[in-house]
Amino acid sequence: MLDRLQVLGQRVISVFSRLGQATLFLYQIILTIPGLLSRPSLIIKQLYSTGVQTLLIIVVAGCFVGMVLALQAYYVLVDFGAEDSISQMVVLTLMRELGPVMTGLLFAGRAGSALTAEIGLMKSTEQLSGMEMMAVDPMQRVMAPRVLAGFLAMPMLTAVFMAVGVLGGYLVAVHGVGIFEGVYWSLAQLKVDFYTDLMNGMVKSLVFGFVIVWIAVFEGYDSVPTSEGLGQATTRTVVHGSLAVLGLDFLLTAIMFGDI
Amino acid sequence: MNSRKLEIAVGIFVALSFAAFFMLALKVSNLITYESSTGYKISATFDNIGGLRVRSPVAVGGVRIGKVASIEYDNENYEAVVTMEIEPKYNRFPSDTSAGILTAGLLGEQYIGLTPGAEEKYLKDGGKITVTQSALVLEDIIGQFLYSKADEK
Repeated sequence: MLDRLQVLGQRVISVFSRLGQATLFLYQIILTIPGLLSRPSLIIKQLYSTGVQTLLIIVVAGCFVGMVLALQAYYVLVDFGAEDSISQMVVLTLMRELGPVMTGLLFAGRAGSALTAEIGLMKSTEQLSGMEMMAVDPMQRVMAPRVLAGFLAMPMLTAVFMAVGVLGGYLVAVHGVGIFEGVYWSLAQLKVDFYTDLMNGMVKSLVFGFVIVWIAVFEGYDSVPTSEGLGQATTRTVVHGSLAVLGLDFLLTAIMFGDI
Repeated sequence: MNSRKLEIAVGIFVALSFAAFFMLALKVSNLITYESSTGYKISATFDNIGGLRVRSPVAVGGVRIGKVASIEYDNENYEAVVTMEIEPKYNRFPSDTSAGILTAGLLGEQYIGLTPGAEEKYLKDGGKITVTQSALVLEDIIGQFLYSKADEK
């Protein structure tokens, strides 16, 4: 009994110590960002691997999500003769919830895991300590560009996801079930508010992007430098990243839309 | 991959995302039809506002001319006070204009319909509409109908 209590206590302590390490790690990275701004080529390279390479999965997923939302909305709304409101359902759902959340989940799976694996491999092949030997700060040269690029890429990917989703919904609503084109766009304009809906969705995506890259980079940096440890770190990035996105989404929704 | 191709790919990505954002902002949100808060305000009191909410439309003859800015409860007179924000270009409402809470379609959203009167004087910013008609509450109508049926017998 006492042993179990001891194990539990150790677990709790280790959770807090990891959280503390991660925060200090983030602080170190943020300190190096001003010096990084004079070398945009590093950030562009990371924008390519986190942003451009995630784009395809975002576009395909966004299109299908928009289409299935429109189809599902039609099945429910047609009973009430309200199938014209499909666009409100599709657009509001995409902007408030599904856009940021789905993009976050895909981003954690596609870009986050790649980040962790890359940094973990750098650590296990001692490239990071090699850099330190050459008086190159790995925080600035390796971590900061990745964090910054992920932070920038996430809202952009979310905007693409939302737009493609709205177009997918348009395809099903107008060409699939026969809603008039003008009705689709004008009813969306009537109900969707630029600030409460679109901008809050963008704020969500910024928060998710920040948390995901933070987790991904820290897990890579903190990984046990063996092939097994690397695999575990990559898994942890996807699991913790996805859970963080879903949990934060609930909190942010409660704060942003709780009173509406 | 050389750095030139990389830059081009990232450039296309950034341009695409900005295009997506502007498409969302202009095509499916109310940014263009957004009325600035410089509109002038008119208030009206109702016994019952039904399902009226802040940002519900205000219309004359079915044409949207403003929105509901705030809804409060008057503790003295036990009435709901609705403040409307009307676009500045529609500033010629006679002072005996009446307001009613109407429903778009049988189950649609509720909005305020204004009916202009015949007075020579116009309503000013902060003016008050005195003639109002409350929202139709379906339960009340059914109740009245049942009562009248019972009386007939």
